[in-house]
Amino acid sequence: MIFDYPTLKLIWWLLVGVLLIGFAIMDGHDMGVGTLLPFVGRNDEERRVIINTVGPHWDGNQVWFITGGGAIFAAWPLVYATAFSGFYWAMLAVLWALFFRPVGFDYRSKIHHAGWRRTWDWGLFVGGAVPPLIFGVAFGNLLQGVPFHFDANLVPYYTGSFFGLLNPFALLTGVVGSAMLTFHGAIYLAHRTEGEIQRRALRAALIFGVLMLAGFSAAGLWLAYGDFGYVLVTAPDPAALPNPLTKSAVHAAGAWLANYGRQPATLALPALAYAGGLAALALAARRRTLAAFVASALALTGVIGTAGVSMFPFVLPSSTVPGASLTVWDAVSSQRTLSIMFWATLIFMPLIIAYTGWAYRVMAGKVTAAYIREHEHSAY
Amino acid sequence: MVTDQLVDLSRLQFAATAMYHFLFVPLTLGMVWLLVIMESAYVMTGKPVYKDMTRFWGKLFGINFALGVTTGITLEFQFGTNWAYYSHYVGDVFGAPLAIEGLMAFFLESTFIGLFFFGWDRLSRRQHLLVTLLMAVGTNLSALWILIANGWMQHPVGAEFSYETMRMELTDFWAVVFNPVAQGKFVHTVSAGYVTGAMFVLSVSAYYLLRRRDVEFAKRSFRIAAAFGFASICSVIVLGDESGYALGEAQQTKLAAIEAMWETEPAPASFNLIALPNDAAMRNDFALHVPWLMGLIGTRSVDKTLPGLKEILARNRERVVSGTEAVKLLDALRRSPDDAALRSRFAAVQGDLGFGLLLRKYVADVNDATPALIDQAARDTLPRVAPLFWTFRAMVGLGFAMLVLFGLALWHSVRGDFARRPGLLKWALWFLPAPWIACEMGWFVAEYGRQPWTIYGVLPTHLSVSTLTVESLYGSLAGFVGFYTVLLVVELYLMVKFARQGPGSLGTGRYANEAHPAALPA
Repeated sequence: MIFDYPTLKLIWWLLVGVLLIGFAIMDGHDMGVGTLLPFVGRNDEERRVIINTVGPHWDGNQVWFITGGGAIFAAWPLVYATAFSGFYWAMLAVLWALFFRPVGFDYRSKIHHAGWRRTWDWGLFVGGAVPPLIFGVAFGNLLQGVPFHFDANLVPYYTGSFFGLLNPFALLTGVVGSAMLTFHGAIYLAHRTEGEIQRRALRAALIFGVLMLAGFSAAGLWLAYGDFGYVLVTAPDPAALPNPLTKSAVHAAGAWLANYGRQPATLALPALAYAGGLAALALAARRRTLAAFVASALALTGVIGTAGVSMFPFVLPSSTVPGASLTVWDAVSSQRTLSIMFWATLIFMPLIIAYTGWAYRVMAGKVTAAYIREHEHSAY
Repeated sequence: MVTDQLVDLSRLQFAATAMYHFLFVPLTLGMVWLLVIMESAYVMTGKPVYKDMTRFWGKLFGINFALGVTTGITLEFQFGTNWAYYSHYVGDVFGAPLAIEGLMAFFLESTFIGLFFFGWDRLSRRQHLLVTLLMAVGTNLSALWILIANGWMQHPVGAEFSYETMRMELTDFWAVVFNPVAQGKFVHTVSAGYVTGAMFVLSVSAYYLLRRRDVEFAKRSFRIAAAFGFASICSVIVLGDESGYALGEAQQTKLAAIEAMWETEPAPASFNLIALPNDAAMRNDFALHVPWLMGLIGTRSVDKTLPGLKEILARNRERVVSGTEAVKLLDALRRSPDDAALRSRFAAVQGDLGFGLLLRKYVADVNDATPALIDQAARDTLPRVAPLFWTFRAMVGLGFAMLVLFGLALWHSVRGDFARRPGLLKWALWFLPAPWIACEMGWFVAEYGRQPWTIYGVLPTHLSVSTLTVESLYGSLAGFVGFYTVLLVVELYLMVKFARQGPGSLGTGRYANEAHPAALPA
């Protein structure tokens, strides 16, 4: 083992962030396309064009989500246990929305029936629109703290309700999550299509890009002036064996912005969110769609990074027993597991990126109505 | 509050979602290799019929794969949603193979399945074959890592309990990877998947041959399925016999239960061909013995004994007593973690900690455990015999029936007269559900036979659940059942529709029942 325990814990905070950002960039754009599908596609052929821009890729992209879940299980088992069981109905809503995607993509165009296809189009809409919304809402709740605690054996107890998650601030962050991925998806769609579909996609990019930046700004102001944040009173020793019951923490208004004062370099993240978002809007307006896609990917990185850095070292703050909050230092796996998982990620992540890139290169180019007619029996 | 009802509902939901997922996985595992074989034939011979075979069977493969993906996500997240304490207690060990499965296998199969379907015009023949091959490798590696995780639940090696973090921690990653139970399960399970894939192609091809349509297409498919299926069913039977037996305590207990072996017989033990197990009285009300056979199967010898359930019960009772001590010492150690004497006393009994935790089902504080409760906890370690006895026999019976079927199919493929043998073709057609039933029975034997543990000997099922309300469980269970029923109906409808239509659905102009693009209103 090359790294000591505190370094590995920090690396895993970064790696979870990488996986989350990878999910947002990759699965995010096909979810955005799914969200836009019923609105940008006005007839069956247009909708098939839209679906086939992501047809060969959505399945691989979805693995970012699944691997993200697996990595949190392996690296932060207490976070996985507490958040997934606490957010029970929210998790199920994500899961059930995702059910519509594999079957929606694969089954929709196998039957020549307008009602059948319309039904699956809305299924793909739900599968694309609901998860980003709920992830945004989840982040809003993390920023506020969620009501949970542990007993002496570390059994997690969640004492909130599903509807408690749907508070005004969380709904605002839900809008940010939703707008962000729809924006990203709209730019991707514009890149892979032409004519009328591309024109509508670019209009959607403008609307959702502006919405994302406005929502991000509003959430930032709310964080600055609202009653948000937690601070550690007795911090856990980063080198210690993880036990979330040995520290104490308190609620402290404004605490989430304190990291930016301590580490001014982290201001680069919110700056990236704005710069990426504005650049993506400008590039999209000039139809430089590939560059716009890169810019919107940077914007997502900025937005997600901002949320992560604001809370550091907290990962899952507890509003009812702040001392039981889960942090980067005390919610993690053993040093051995973190190390093995680090090497596994280091080996496989570049491979994944390489073959995913190859798959996109093979399928590159505009998806057109002519393509759909030519591949009547094999295209989605 | 963890009630029995909450535990039962959580188990029911896991069993329902896992068994449902397992309707789709075996077909994926097997068909993907058949696609590799068919496409290899295409690349080697250049005959378009092999490309059509790859594409047509690939279409059915895709319909099945979609539900495999849909239902697989549930399982990845259900440990967290419904088994929160389990996730905390063993995440350090169990989470790693799941995450590696995603990184090493699931990305691979999911990325290349897109190119498999959409890359035909954009890749050279060899490139496309490589894509298909990587997809096959991905699906099988996926099974490997999942079964490494599952094998660890059956036989938890390479890990140790840590009283500081109140969980199991990894001590030897390679012991987890090369866990003999996991490796045995992997080869047995993927072979069962290969049989499922082969049976599917064999059955549907038999259907075309019985109807005398697309005969050349069907004959080639039938032959490939017969050869692949015969090799696979031999492997299932040999490796199944090889795998589970007597490796680890979970397997010993299961073995005794599936054979309704109450007493430890002098070696070599006899085999109960048929029995009426009576759990309450711990004996068989009726049994038909085959002398010697069990000893030969279970120990590969004539002089080693196999423990009967009563002996296992007696051993486990001692472990519950010792485990009670371990729980008490752990509580003391949590209060004063620096006490060296406590630490060494705990170290001596910590291997039995899980057995002590069994008592938590009945008492919050193990100091309150009476001898009667200790008896009860020990009795809980024996799974119910009759369900295991009969499901195991159903699985094995179907396995041997499929051995005969694939044997005949291969024999007549070699002779080249299978297309004129309606008896064989009908058998192949009507036996279509057999591998699915056998696979589900196998899953049941492995997992129901592990009860009352989630991690054998380490963590009781009762302690593993999330602290949810019973109402939440009813709600989610209803949601899963509702969703899955609708999805299954849709999937079967499409499967039957395209299987009936046959290769004509490709629209190549070479087959019966050609697809006609029907214009949709704009």
